[in-house]
Amino acid sequence: MALVEIENVHKRLGGSDILRGISLKVDAGEVVCLLGASGSGKTTLLRCINHLETIDQGEIKVAGELVGYARGADGKLRAERDRLTAAKRARIGMVFQRFNLFAHLTALENVTEAPVQVLGMSPDAARRRALDLLASVGLEKKAELYPHELSGGQQQRVAIARALAMEPRLMLFDEPTSALDPELVGEVLETMRRLADGGMTMIVVTHEMSFAREVADRVVMMADGQVVEAAPPEQLFSAPAHPRTQAFLARILAAN
Amino acid sequence: MVFDSKAFFDILFSTMFIMPALTTLGITMVAMALAILLGFGGAMAALSGVRPLRWLAHCYLGFFRGVPVLVQIVFWYNAIPVLTGNAINLPALIAGTIALGLNEGAYMTEIIRSGLIAVDPGQREAARALGMTRPQAMRRIVMPQALRIIVPPTGNQFIAMLKTTSLLFAIAVPEIFSTGTNIYSQNFKYFEVLAVVSIWYLALTALLTTVQKAVERRLGARKNTRRLAIPAGEHG
Repeated sequence: MALVEIENVHKRLGGSDILRGISLKVDAGEVVCLLGASGSGKTTLLRCINHLETIDQGEIKVAGELVGYARGADGKLRAERDRLTAAKRARIGMVFQRFNLFAHLTALENVTEAPVQVLGMSPDAARRRALDLLASVGLEKKAELYPHELSGGQQQRVAIARALAMEPRLMLFDEPTSALDPELVGEVLETMRRLADGGMTMIVVTHEMSFAREVADRVVMMADGQVVEAAPPEQLFSAPAHPRTQAFLARILAAN
Repeated sequence: MVFDSKAFFDILFSTMFIMPALTTLGITMVAMALAILLGFGGAMAALSGVRPLRWLAHCYLGFFRGVPVLVQIVFWYNAIPVLTGNAINLPALIAGTIALGLNEGAYMTEIIRSGLIAVDPGQREAARALGMTRPQAMRRIVMPQALRIIVPPTGNQFIAMLKTTSLLFAIAVPEIFSTGTNIYSQNFKYFEVLAVVSIWYLALTALLTTVQKAVERRLGARKNTRRLAIPAGEHG
């Protein structure tokens, strides 16, 4: 069974259709990259998966469960209680474009906060695990520093460790390298690549074509709120079938 | 001008102002505590997704900021008993403290609200994405960062409140200024009495300023935590 099932999802925002009937399945262990021009709806789709955005029509299931909604007796979806949604979100990691590390907490505290507060883990156990995770992203020496004392690449690696501390079964990445200086992109991509190699299920919105080409199992091309093409990277990059994909890749290649 | 220095020093070093000074300080503390509680409630209401709550906060703010505080003080002491057929007839001290607290709560609502909205929305979003409930995200992530913005102006409000308590002389609360008016209405030493009154207020504001500085230093002790997450938009 697919870990993530997206069925005919529609979303309107500010009077325009952001998502227009998206369907997509992601299997456990799969790495899917979402590509598309800005405004194609890829970030919105990602944010719908853990219910940071509501959806207007259709449904999204993670591990067989709706997130943010419950099905009523009449078969219609209604908003779920906050506590239940929160518990489901706890198992879905998210990494943001602008890192969003908690500014008043050290790197270590950023990683221990949710395990202690949400999972009820003991501070000692959370601390040990956080130090392991920080070591795994190469930042064990930065544990006591505050976010503004870290480079963008280091902040994003802490953010990845913070998400992993919740032992997620799915990781969502929203343009994780777009806010980074070019020389810092590599260290974050390397961390993500190791995560993918370890078997993590990942959905990644990115403009890093080399990452998509080398790490993704499947690349999904979005345009105007729809999936126009989904294929393994070698196929999509070498022989794009859809004119929108061809135009997008031509623009990207020209820009590089 | 004749300055009666003997009268001045007699009043300055008498014990006449000790109880009034404690009264002034007590009213300030209780009124500010009430105002801060109201401010948190008002700010939550003003920022809530529930329209009637926002509307309520809006009305509270508009009313209490729009009516002079002296009018509110007299209203609580003199009009409320008439209005309620003496069912509510509060002592001047309590009526005055409530009036000051309610009025100040409107300003605290604005201070706390602006502190909360100054925290990058990405902070709350990250907290929610990690599985925190709304109250957890507020208490653990948003509020600690908002407090650093809220505390300095709140200190100023404390000092302003200390001076505003002098308006309670209108309903004969035995605070510093009304004690002074009682004295000079008997000995007509206006200048000497008001000089002493001023010295008492200066001493108390100096005390509050010291406390304010200490609190701010404490908050700033983990210096690097003072910097707030900058909203994404401002960075581009």
